[in-house]
Amino acid sequence: MPKPNKIDTKRFTEGELADNKTINRRTFLSFLTFGVSGVAAFFGWKALYNDPIEPKGITGGARKALRNVLNANEQVFNKTLPAGHMAKTYPLSVAAKVPRVNGDIGLKGTDANNWIEVITSPGNILKVTLDDLKSLPKTEHVIDFKCVEGWDQIMHWGGVKFSDFMMHYQLDKQAAMEYVGLHTPDNKYYVGIDMASAMHPQTLLCYEMNGKPLSQDHGYPLRLIIPVKYGIKNLKRIGTLYFSNQRPPDYWAENGYDYYAGL
Amino acid sequence: MKRIVNKHPLAIRWFHWINFPLLAVMIWSGLLIYWAYDPYAIKLFGVTAFKFFPQWFYHKLNVVHRLSEGMAFHFVFMWLFALNGLLYVLYTIFSGEWRYLLPQKSSWKEAWLVVLHDLHIRKTVPEQLKYNAAQRIVYTGIIIMGLGSLITGLSIYKPTQFNWLVFLCGGYRTARLIHFTLTIGYCLFFLLHIVQVILAGWNNFRAMITGFEIKNDNIPISRPKSSAPVMPQIPEADAKAK
Repeated sequence: MPKPNKIDTKRFTEGELADNKTINRRTFLSFLTFGVSGVAAFFGWKALYNDPIEPKGITGGARKALRNVLNANEQVFNKTLPAGHMAKTYPLSVAAKVPRVNGDIGLKGTDANNWIEVITSPGNILKVTLDDLKSLPKTEHVIDFKCVEGWDQIMHWGGVKFSDFMMHYQLDKQAAMEYVGLHTPDNKYYVGIDMASAMHPQTLLCYEMNGKPLSQDHGYPLRLIIPVKYGIKNLKRIGTLYFSNQRPPDYWAENGYDYYAGL
Repeated sequence: MKRIVNKHPLAIRWFHWINFPLLAVMIWSGLLIYWAYDPYAIKLFGVTAFKFFPQWFYHKLNVVHRLSEGMAFHFVFMWLFALNGLLYVLYTIFSGEWRYLLPQKSSWKEAWLVVLHDLHIRKTVPEQLKYNAAQRIVYTGIIIMGLGSLITGLSIYKPTQFNWLVFLCGGYRTARLIHFTLTIGYCLFFLLHIVQVILAGWNNFRAMITGFEIKNDNIPISRPKSSAPVMPQIPEADAKAK
């Protein structure tokens, strides 16, 4: 190794003496290493590329090895970086007048009720109407809604903080569990949210967009707005809400996407 | 007996050749992600001159409808890319190799002379040690670009957790645009790099694998008399300046 604290001009201008044998040996060994490493890298890549797709379960559709790293990434960004980070909020004037609609899975039926069922524990169902929720303190925010596809749009939402909802209904035991699960009335779209993200102060059980009741295609009567997650976790038309210590089923996690999908 | 110049330390050769496939995977998986939302285009007078990217390009490279796959690869290989880059920078600092890499005061002026020489406009070229002035600037620039990719990448990946980075980047959308532009930069660098390596010849290329160049003239080079417009580097003067 060259001396670190001085420019070694001679190294380049004069070089060093070497006999042919040394040169040939070094050349041979270097190219051998280069070739072997290149071949190893090629087969390593091939093995990874052809790694079998994980068996379909809570997650699916991704290569096994990659899924393991995605789950590890969740640990890194979830554990090392604690909650309390707030998504940036914007003035009302920059909110989109006509927010983009980007999915209708679970919205096709006409079975939207003006109430949701909250499964507080297996067999115990709490029926919460839209009016019940509207009687709780309302929270509004203007946030940058981010789609996993890459686009984003500043949108204005209003509703009940998820944490306020939990407090009001005294769901302390449930809040101590690991996950919240939600699905549409027809159960065609479903998400799982880690409790820390669900209890984040910007997470809303949302019933208003731009100061008006949600339209059908934005998830009337009630949807989830969770700015610390990609749009895929912001389920529209909540039918059922439940709690679990295991990961609840998640539509896009079954289709190759990261389960955590946090921002 | 021949004379050899130990040009590239073993560690730097490893970093270089490991980076090549890693960056390739990052660019490819990045393209799978970009396809899902591809708004960028070069517009001249309101008319789209070039769209990133045309449909035939996507189909040719088979990147259509592979967003989740792209994200999975991207968020796995990002660790390797970052780690390799970090180790390279640390090695370059602690080994002292940075002295032959970073641009010097004279490099900015000299780089033009190198360019003119490469374009066959100028016959002579300024004295150099490991790298010429243009190489010092470009190779240092590419490292800074790598850092830029990590910063903008982290801003897009976790914009809430790293909201201060998003702020530094000028916002979420700007971060994505910079991230993309840097990638185009790598592709352009790659093309230029390949052409230059071919033109520089076998001795130069081999050094990236074996570490050494063989000196064709077996006589030690004495410094040319200072008739050249640009001064060769004088180690003593340089040491004082630092």
